[in-house]
Amino acid sequence: MADMNAYDQWLALYKTSAKRDVTFATMSGVPLDPVYGPENGEFPGQFPYTRGVHASMYRSRLWTMRMFAGFGTALDTNRRFKEIIAAGGQGLSTAFDMPTLLGLDSDDPMALGEVGRCGVAIDSLTDMRDLFTDIDLATITTSMTINSPAAVMLALFIAQAEEKGVARNQLGGTLQNDILKEYQAQKEFVFPPRQSMRLVRDTIAFTAAEMPKWNSISVSGYHIREAGSTAAEELAFTLVNGFAYVELARQAGLQVDEVAPRLSFFFNAHIDFFEEIAKYRAARRLWATWMRDHYGATNELSWKLRFHTQTAGVSLTAQQPEVNIARTAIEALAGVLGGTQSLHTNSMDEALALPSERAARTALRTQQVIAYETNVVNVADPLGGSWFVEELTDEMTRQAEAIFAEISAMGEGSMLEGCIKGIEENWFQGRIAESAYNLERSFNQGQRIVVGVNDFTEGNDNADLEILRITNEDELKQVGRLNDVRQNRDESKVLLALEELTTDAIDPEVNLMPALINASRAYVTVGEMMGAMEKIFGRHIEVPTL
Amino acid sequence: MTIRVLVAKVGLDGHDRGIKVVARLLRDAGMEVVYTGLFQTPETVAIAAIQEDVDVVGLSMLSGAHLTLAPMVVGALRAKGSDIPVVLGGIVPKSDLEDMRAAGMAAVFVPGASAEEIMASIIEVVSASTSETI
Repeated sequence: MADMNAYDQWLALYKTSAKRDVTFATMSGVPLDPVYGPENGEFPGQFPYTRGVHASMYRSRLWTMRMFAGFGTALDTNRRFKEIIAAGGQGLSTAFDMPTLLGLDSDDPMALGEVGRCGVAIDSLTDMRDLFTDIDLATITTSMTINSPAAVMLALFIAQAEEKGVARNQLGGTLQNDILKEYQAQKEFVFPPRQSMRLVRDTIAFTAAEMPKWNSISVSGYHIREAGSTAAEELAFTLVNGFAYVELARQAGLQVDEVAPRLSFFFNAHIDFFEEIAKYRAARRLWATWMRDHYGATNELSWKLRFHTQTAGVSLTAQQPEVNIARTAIEALAGVLGGTQSLHTNSMDEALALPSERAARTALRTQQVIAYETNVVNVADPLGGSWFVEELTDEMTRQAEAIFAEISAMGEGSMLEGCIKGIEENWFQGRIAESAYNLERSFNQGQRIVVGVNDFTEGNDNADLEILRITNEDELKQVGRLNDVRQNRDESKVLLALEELTTDAIDPEVNLMPALINASRAYVTVGEMMGAMEKIFGRHIEVPTL
Repeated sequence: MTIRVLVAKVGLDGHDRGIKVVARLLRDAGMEVVYTGLFQTPETVAIAAIQEDVDVVGLSMLSGAHLTLAPMVVGALRAKGSDIPVVLGGIVPKSDLEDMRAAGMAAVFVPGASAEEIMASIIEVVSASTSETI
């Protein structure tokens, strides 16, 4: 293809891509090309993928409308999952409650008042089994948003799927498993950074060997942004974390091309429309360039940054919550124009509580309006070539490169070491807090308007929305479920499984996944598995700073 | 007199953006602010508040656990004979306001509360509690 120009190369790729069976024309009948631009410019599906990872983009396949859900017991969330699938959702994304995110059982004293509130409570194989009852795991992909106990959740997920006759190599989905951003932003950490990274290494190696359809890490900028970073910080910190996981896998003896194609990304869609689009374009360009030129990846799949997007929770207001539908629609549109592979839209009531069923449906409908009514999906990278968007894309790239250089210097050439040092020295945490403070001050000083908050407040005293209430009954119910598990299991198997886990944890060369899967099958609880590992690994304590 | 505030995260909720921003705004307003970090229990907060001799405790809770844990912080303080007032902010639906006030919160900031409101309310709570002791 060396003698072909960029356009011809793109056209060859485009022609071989499957297309959806729809007419690609405007509402008034004007036929549309799949992409626009000069013949020697960059086209989608071409390195460095600024314009998208696929030649045909949404003409082949729309993004996955992946709605994040979870509350109460596994039975409650299973019901919500089925509603999402019935309403046309195509992928599931599991939200776990705080105790589960921190690897605590629902009857742990620290779990008091938190069970089932922010997500679903998972204590054992019983809960994981109930969570996915009557859901076809061979066709619906599942994302599990969990980090510190990610390896434990993966083990439970494999154990319940194999019980149902779905082999691990059939399972498609994503484990968030991005522990670095936990220390930097989300703060749901358990073990110290290096010990946590050993578990990440084990999941990368295990899924590379045994689960060809599984994404081992969803490298997540979402939480970095929600914690207050700027767009460029979100972009740079996320990609640096991605580089760190690649370096980690290389230390474990894997090739970059065995790891990088299994990394997916997760970005925020905030309210500054063009800046967000530029951020996604820059992310693809930077990742491709660094994977090829810096890490020596030769597989195209390693170069292609695929990402999930969620609209910005932090942009939602409690005042006049209906206005949040408009915010979310604009943010979601930025994700789509930026070429996202999957999307979650927040519900209008999320400044107040977990979403009600009705609010969650409206949020999904918002994606469907973009996908099926607006016609924006006909043309790939429709903003490519805009002087403004191209310059903003370049600016995001420059700012991110400057941050890469700082982190690389901290790690003396290693992004992995730079990340860990930056975490241990509160460098990331400090920068994020500083950006959050600066933004808040600009609101307080009236330099920025938020509708319903510091202007246009008429209507703020309207009646409240009906919101989802999680009661203490759910907590009691879950503790009851856990007691049943403890009473009905074979204790000798539990002890044996915990011994194996402890022995394996002591030897840093051993992969912990087999021991965790055995423990899952023996109904060892999440808290027991995490507790056994904590005895070996210790616990991370963040020095509080303001 | 300079107002001393202990800001605290109780329970498992790691969302610390709000508490850090509010803490800095309180400092900008001339208050002294103590932050004890993540994953505190009602007991550790009460002990720190008494040891640091603060005028008010500010809790930030975004996980829904306020219904259980916020009253326990007030309970732990009172059990130690302290009358330090406690205020609460975060994702607290309006429908919880009555319960939270009944449980002894001196003020509750619902989502959307402005920095000005929080500041004014803290000053009011502190002056009310000190005038009671005179």
